[in-house]
Amino acid sequence: MSYSDKVIDHYNNPRNVGSMDKSSADVGTGLVGAPECGDVMKLQIKVNRETNVIEEAKFKTFGCGSAIASSSLATEWVKGKTVDEALTIKNMDIVKELSLPPVKIHCSVLAEDAIRAAIGDWKKKQEATKPVAVEAR
Amino acid sequence: MSTDVKIPQQLSVTQHAAPQGVKLPIYMDNHATTPMDPRVLEEMLPYFMEKFGNAASRNHSFGWAGEEGVETARERIAKLIGATTKEIIFTSGATESDNLAIKGVAEMYREKGNHIITAVTEHKAVLDTCKRLEKYGYRVTYLPVQKDGLVNLEDLKRAMDDKTILVTIMAANNEIGVVQPLAEIGKMCRERGIIFHTDATQAVGKIPIDVNKQFIDLMSISGHKMYGPKGVGALYVRRKNPRVQISAIIDGGGHERGMRSGTLNVAGIVGLGKACAIASEEMSREAVQLASLRDRLRDRIMSRLDETYINGTMEHRLPGNLNISFAYVEGESLLMGINDIAVSSGSACTSATLEPSYVLKALGTGDDLAHSSIRFGIGRFNTAAEVDYVADRVIETVERLRELSPLYEMAKEGINLADVKWAGDAH
Repeated sequence: MSYSDKVIDHYNNPRNVGSMDKSSADVGTGLVGAPECGDVMKLQIKVNRETNVIEEAKFKTFGCGSAIASSSLATEWVKGKTVDEALTIKNMDIVKELSLPPVKIHCSVLAEDAIRAAIGDWKKKQEATKPVAVEAR
Repeated sequence: MSTDVKIPQQLSVTQHAAPQGVKLPIYMDNHATTPMDPRVLEEMLPYFMEKFGNAASRNHSFGWAGEEGVETARERIAKLIGATTKEIIFTSGATESDNLAIKGVAEMYREKGNHIITAVTEHKAVLDTCKRLEKYGYRVTYLPVQKDGLVNLEDLKRAMDDKTILVTIMAANNEIGVVQPLAEIGKMCRERGIIFHTDATQAVGKIPIDVNKQFIDLMSISGHKMYGPKGVGALYVRRKNPRVQISAIIDGGGHERGMRSGTLNVAGIVGLGKACAIASEEMSREAVQLASLRDRLRDRIMSRLDETYINGTMEHRLPGNLNISFAYVEGESLLMGINDIAVSSGSACTSATLEPSYVLKALGTGDDLAHSSIRFGIGRFNTAAEVDYVADRVIETVERLRELSPLYEMAKEGINLADVKWAGDAH
């Protein structure tokens, strides 16, 4: 099986590798997949409170080249988007961009799940901090 | 790619120049197949054009020349395994030999019994043949293996009953190279009048095999795993003490004592014979050489990478085999990083089922480590310089991928990965 040039590029030069402080209120963390399945993605976003724009995105992935490429691409795509815009990214967009073969579609599904999980985590933090902020006044 | 993307040095791939004396890509997947030895090719060449005769043509010199080539090959194979020439049946390869042995015994001895014993780590050519026989009313026991990959002889003894007609246990495993105790298994079978077949595809020509000393009744042999050509193999069928009979699965002109019809692949057979002749001469020396290269690879990798695990025992193992799991790194991504080196992975990512190696799982290796495994198959033409290059590339790629791995990060933070409740499982 051969990989598309884009998968190879992301594998060789992964974008936005790294970690952010997951306890920070501005940071949402998504951890999806399972080691037994051969794929685990951690995707983190840092969101601007005023604008809801994702200013920073980081990932780390345990998985095949297509899984690494899917998550690397996901961080590129969410950066600069608002949270709501990022939620419109669909796994099939990733499949198309990276020319993933059918057997690798689950990698793109996992990347979409990772985006949703990270945003979900961030939203939960916002809801948790809101009432506290009101009471403090 | 936006301009603000900075790629840390250790996370990007650097281009590699081949070191002195190393030609890229490097082939180190000799359990999948071996390159042909030039001496084998040389021996085969006349049998394509000059000596093209059908070995079954008894009435002219063209046929006799073909027959002579075939009979020389038969002698050479017999000599390598301690058999006689009449006990060698030529086939298209080890898969056919396995099918012929198992189905042939099942049919021939149906009246005697319907029980077959095999092991879970066998090659699919054996497992799937057994599975098919189950559909026809045969009973099959699939023995588990121990953590070291070896069959437990007590388990085998317990599985045998008065309906057992066949035990089929491989000589050496194709993934982990573990060598089963053939003589002990053979003896147990002989004492109980049970036929013993062994798929010796990976073993013949690599380690000493003697069908008498190891009480082997049927044995599958392949050409292309021992520097011979593809598309040719043999089945050893014992003729006395005791005489073993098998039903044919391919009917026709009655070639090969009626056990395997079809015009003989003379050139291929000549090649297999030459490969066996070379092995008879060079195997003992070569085994020492391969084991030393293998240990060099293991030591170099394991001295520089922590959390690497060898799959299967090192004590009873093919000299050229090494199978290592690199924790926190997925096998296929590792293969992608060492793309100037040909090796295999037990990772599931390339398979349609997304299931990792059933052999590693049978050893009790967790799915995560099965996904992280690489099989190195060192062969006749590999060099120490190649081994060093492969080790260095593996080390560097594992280190890079671990920096990319959330599992490695979590483990370093002291999180026990086994305790994590994994969410969002896409499978």
